[in-house]
Amino acid sequence: MDAALTILVDGLTYASWLFIVALGLTLVFGVLKILNIAHGSFYALGAYAAASFVGWGASLKWAPGLSLVAMLLAAVAVAAVVAPLTERALLRFFYGRDEVLLVLVTYAMFLILEDVTKLVWGANPYYVSEPYGLFGNVHIGAQTYVGYDFALLALAIIVGVAVWWGLNRTRQGKIVLAVIHSAEIASSMGVNVSRVYMGAFSVGIFLAAIGGAFTAPMISVQPGVSVGVIIVSFAVVIIGGLGSIEGAAIGALIVGLARALAVHLAPVAELFSIYVVMAVVLMFRPEGLFQRIQARKI
Amino acid sequence: MSAAPLLEAQSVGKRFGAVVAAAELNVRLAAGERVSLIGSNGAGKTTFVNMITGYLKPDAGHIRFEGRDITSLSPRRIVQLGVARSFQIPQLFGELSVLDNMLVANACHDQHLSLWQGARRGEAIARAEQLLQRFSLADHRARRVVELPGGVRKLLDIAMALTVRPKLLLLDEPTSGVSAEEKFPMMDTIMAALGSERDTTVLFVEHDMDIVARYAQRVIAFYSGRIIADDVPERALAADDVRRYVTGELLQE
Amino acid sequence: MRLVFAALGAFVLLAVAGWLAPKWLTFLVTMAAGNGLVSLGIVALMRGGVVPFGQGMVFAVGGYTAALLFNKAGFTDALGLVLCGGVMATLVAAPFAPLLARYRGIFFAMLTLALSMVVYGALMKLDVLGGSDGFNVGRASLLGWRLPDALTGYVLYLLTVGVAITMALLARVLFDSTRGLVTLAARDNELRVEYLGGSVRRAMAINFLIAAFCGGTGGALVVLSLGHIEPQFSYWTTSGEFVFVAILAGWQSVAAVFVASTVLEVVRSFSSSYFPNTWQLALGLFLLFVIRFLPRGIGSLWVGKGRT
Repeated sequence: MDAALTILVDGLTYASWLFIVALGLTLVFGVLKILNIAHGSFYALGAYAAASFVGWGASLKWAPGLSLVAMLLAAVAVAAVVAPLTERALLRFFYGRDEVLLVLVTYAMFLILEDVTKLVWGANPYYVSEPYGLFGNVHIGAQTYVGYDFALLALAIIVGVAVWWGLNRTRQGKIVLAVIHSAEIASSMGVNVSRVYMGAFSVGIFLAAIGGAFTAPMISVQPGVSVGVIIVSFAVVIIGGLGSIEGAAIGALIVGLARALAVHLAPVAELFSIYVVMAVVLMFRPEGLFQRIQARKI
Repeated sequence: MSAAPLLEAQSVGKRFGAVVAAAELNVRLAAGERVSLIGSNGAGKTTFVNMITGYLKPDAGHIRFEGRDITSLSPRRIVQLGVARSFQIPQLFGELSVLDNMLVANACHDQHLSLWQGARRGEAIARAEQLLQRFSLADHRARRVVELPGGVRKLLDIAMALTVRPKLLLLDEPTSGVSAEEKFPMMDTIMAALGSERDTTVLFVEHDMDIVARYAQRVIAFYSGRIIADDVPERALAADDVRRYVTGELLQE
Repeated sequence: MRLVFAALGAFVLLAVAGWLAPKWLTFLVTMAAGNGLVSLGIVALMRGGVVPFGQGMVFAVGGYTAALLFNKAGFTDALGLVLCGGVMATLVAAPFAPLLARYRGIFFAMLTLALSMVVYGALMKLDVLGGSDGFNVGRASLLGWRLPDALTGYVLYLLTVGVAITMALLARVLFDSTRGLVTLAARDNELRVEYLGGSVRRAMAINFLIAAFCGGTGGALVVLSLGHIEPQFSYWTTSGEFVFVAILAGWQSVAAVFVASTVLEVVRSFSSSYFPNTWQLALGLFLLFVIRFLPRGIGSLWVGKGRT
């Protein structure tokens, strides 16, 4: 029983940050039709920025609780700086081009950002583990769980609801939905598609950065973090369906729980179980579990 | 017609939701016939062509080619059996040269594609050149398709369809998008090029009644998914229904 | 026939150059040729309009096949190992070829990616195959001849370059064949190919198998020269590098693939000593430059516009 609960908590924790990150990835694909390999790099930037901001906060003798604010500010900073820069200076020259070509452009971005991160923060790992103890411990049965994990779950839910509400219940959101459906038609109706792209891309990066910032206390922040994150995020959005919020949630849950199950019960399968699910989904239901776009070919 | 028909459509029907695109279509084509399909937009001509070529599957009825039921076959299989089509908007290989386009058509027709035999070898080029000459396209052979004007592209489209040696050739609006002065010369070129293929049945969708009158031996008129006339041009074009619903000479009350 | 003479000439030239060049350079070219083979396979697929993001899979299968035959079966003949690597990779890819032949664009890329990551995941955890550390491979023999220390590098260089040139020649013949032309046509207008009676799916499946053979032989060659194999061979970043080279080269010139592969090897080799924190940045910028200004790759610099 305790083992089952441990697996559940483990899976949900993993699914929480993964959902936030994957949500950003799927949103960017839905709106801009770009499958962004560099999305993991923005996650890394969020983690690094959080490490820096929390560090500054500590040196300024901030209350420990404010480190959460520092992490949020880090994510905002990343989005505010990197999003306009990448979109204006780079991506917009390739809009409308073949979607695989755009993936290659984002691959180039990934390569560039890997080194940019190293140039700014160096190659040594950062540890920003103090915030991890902010929520104390939670005792369920005989097991002790870290409160932070549950807070992360809460954050994931808040973010999910916020994005859903923003898209479906606000006027701006409806415009974004229109652009997702057809940028051409939206444009002919007077929508400033450029601005929508910019906005969606910024939100996407912000979500990746939040994922990174709030997971920073749980990992060692070092070069190469982005590499593992992006590939798992791809698995999530493919399983859930590109461009779908519900898909990102369900996909994250599936991946998180599959991984937790594997880690605790069948360590041999830990790594490939996720990709087996991804491959199976692509083979039998390529548009994902929540269809948004047309898949394959004949 | 005592000989078995080349193509036979029996009670063919097709609906798209509430829209009846085709209903109770019965057509028999013999070898060597030159038939024109006429009708206003949405009357069902293109749907009929699409069903013959396998792009659409009829909801009712059967289509037989040389006695064989082709109703549910894939477009590729139907082409291999001897049915080829050209497209209203020419479907070409834009990045390749005109000659290469013809070579591809030749290669596709060849059931045993080779991994090593050169695409540009003598016999393949000779056959391609022959067809290019017939369609007056020889001068364009080295030009990339994206650089060609509309009329030339249409001719190339048809030449490619002819490369696969079809017994039934379907031309979807061969002169559309071409200026008025060019229409007749173009049709002349096409019919002359086809001239030597005595046994090839040609079915062409056309809106220009002058062209129809001049080049068709038989006219099949469509309206609302049904065939309202199937006769020689003189009689078909003079029929009241055709004049009312297709050519617009008689006002509809 | 001209091609055969060109190929022989190139081999002789490289053989002589390799004899005279310092060891680090012959090693670098060996790696470039072996890795280039994988990218050659990618180019074969790109000519059909799809980009595979998981060639690490066939690269790893070829490499592990060679390594396992060497270590567990005691089979040390280099040429034999390379052929086995290629064949094994093709066999592993075969069941997926008809399936993948129906996919395009992002989904083709993602499915090949997923498959390569499944292989990676399996290799990482299977200790019988060396686990996450992989394992070492000793010195190969060639057609019965036990290679002496001093000559190993050079002989493996000759083998790798020889195989690469042979495959390049075969690739050129393939690209100029009727199948090759239909592949190009499929990239341009699949619909029309079908309406002319050609089978796009069959073309794609065959190209995938060819790419698998290329990747497998490349993997085996690299393992023999490197002396080591690990699961990283199947990781997505490895696949990404092969795609990088293929994009850089473009799909028009076969030689360009190996030139591009050499460029990557050079950058990679010098990076750790001279610019460890900026070499990926350089590669990224280079890739962007090529995508934006040389969309047909560096091969387009010397192949004419009309030539395919």
